[in-house]
Amino acid sequence: MKRTRGLEVGVGLFVVVAFLGLVFLGLKVSGLVPTSGGSTYTVTADFGDIGGLKPNSRVTMSGVTVGRVVNIDLDPKWLDGRVTMEISDTLKDKLSSDSTAAILTSGLLGEQYVGLTTGADTEMIKDGGTIRNTQQAMGLESLIQQFVSGMGGQDDSESGQ
Amino acid sequence: MIAWFGSIGRRTLDVLAAVGRSAFILLRSLFGVPRWSGVRLWITQMHVVGVLSLPIILVSALFIGMVLALQGYMILVDYGADAALGQLVALALLRELGPVVAALLFAGRAGSAITAEIGLMKATEQLSSMEMIGVDPLKRVLSPRLWAGLVSLPLLSIIFAVVAIYGGYIVGVEWLGVFSGSYWGNMQSSVQFGHDVVNGIIKSVVFGLVVTWIAVFQGYDLVPTSEGISRATTRTVVYGSLAVLGLDFVLTALMFGGA
Repeated sequence: MKRTRGLEVGVGLFVVVAFLGLVFLGLKVSGLVPTSGGSTYTVTADFGDIGGLKPNSRVTMSGVTVGRVVNIDLDPKWLDGRVTMEISDTLKDKLSSDSTAAILTSGLLGEQYVGLTTGADTEMIKDGGTIRNTQQAMGLESLIQQFVSGMGGQDDSESGQ
Repeated sequence: MIAWFGSIGRRTLDVLAAVGRSAFILLRSLFGVPRWSGVRLWITQMHVVGVLSLPIILVSALFIGMVLALQGYMILVDYGADAALGQLVALALLRELGPVVAALLFAGRAGSAITAEIGLMKATEQLSSMEMIGVDPLKRVLSPRLWAGLVSLPLLSIIFAVVAIYGGYIVGVEWLGVFSGSYWGNMQSSVQFGHDVVNGIIKSVVFGLVVTWIAVFQGYDLVPTSEGISRATTRTVVYGSLAVLGLDFVLTALMFGGA
């Protein structure tokens, strides 16, 4: 009897430690924040090119994460990429209607995220509203293409001389 | 020539019969009517199979996490991307190394012990004696071991991943000087709980079932001699490890392969 009690305590500790480990994996490793569920509101923005943006990408303001991308789909009318974002309620009625949303890259090869900058308008974006000023993803390819075509033009003019 | 075909046919039939017997044993012992006395037996087996496997799991997890961080750092630092070390360590451990290495160690540590124990019971005719007095050895002996393996391997894999991530932290942050904020921060932004952690746990549930199933079947089905026990124990470790590695590829392809 004494021995089974010891066994039970050992197994109980084992199970509890494993569940604590699961909580650790949830909170510290995957960064699940328990309070991130309720207090958000939704804003959409249309981009000409969403680049490598994915659902669950970060939405930041001044570099601070204030929300996440919920959904990305194609706007059937203008054929733009429509990005739906959940933004923390602390920013509710503080984003002016001329705010800018830009798709930025962290580092040279890092993940892409949405950066918000507020404007000067006194009218604020409501829940479900749209950010009109957007800046599409700056692809490395298009940068190189611009650079190369610029060079190409110069070469042509030189060879014509 | 005909004898050759005959031998192929006999072997195929033997394999098929073994598969059928093992499936029968699995179903009978997994879904037998649960009783309260079964819980007590299950706790004993959780101790033998799970708790006693902890030392090897903890030590190997620590060293695997440390060596992963060391190797990853040496390559990442060349690209100036040493901040992504946490991401590398955590994703590798949660998706692959945690479930797989824990299952391989489990097959060696617990699977072989289960096979040897059941095999010795069979060789000393304890199993037949149980049947004689009306106790079903499938429920009394096999079922608690199967359930203990099925439950304890996922728990062991979770502990493995946690300890290994901490081992990576010790080497990466404390020793090599990666910034602690970027170690955890990159990890948190890249690991998705529903995708990486849950799929890793699903993997280890599958591995736990398969490894203990093989161990239990090899023990129950062996030739009851000392040589038979030794061969069955070897087969448990070999088949168990191969099944884990093969299934891991299939599961990874199913979970992470299609974008």
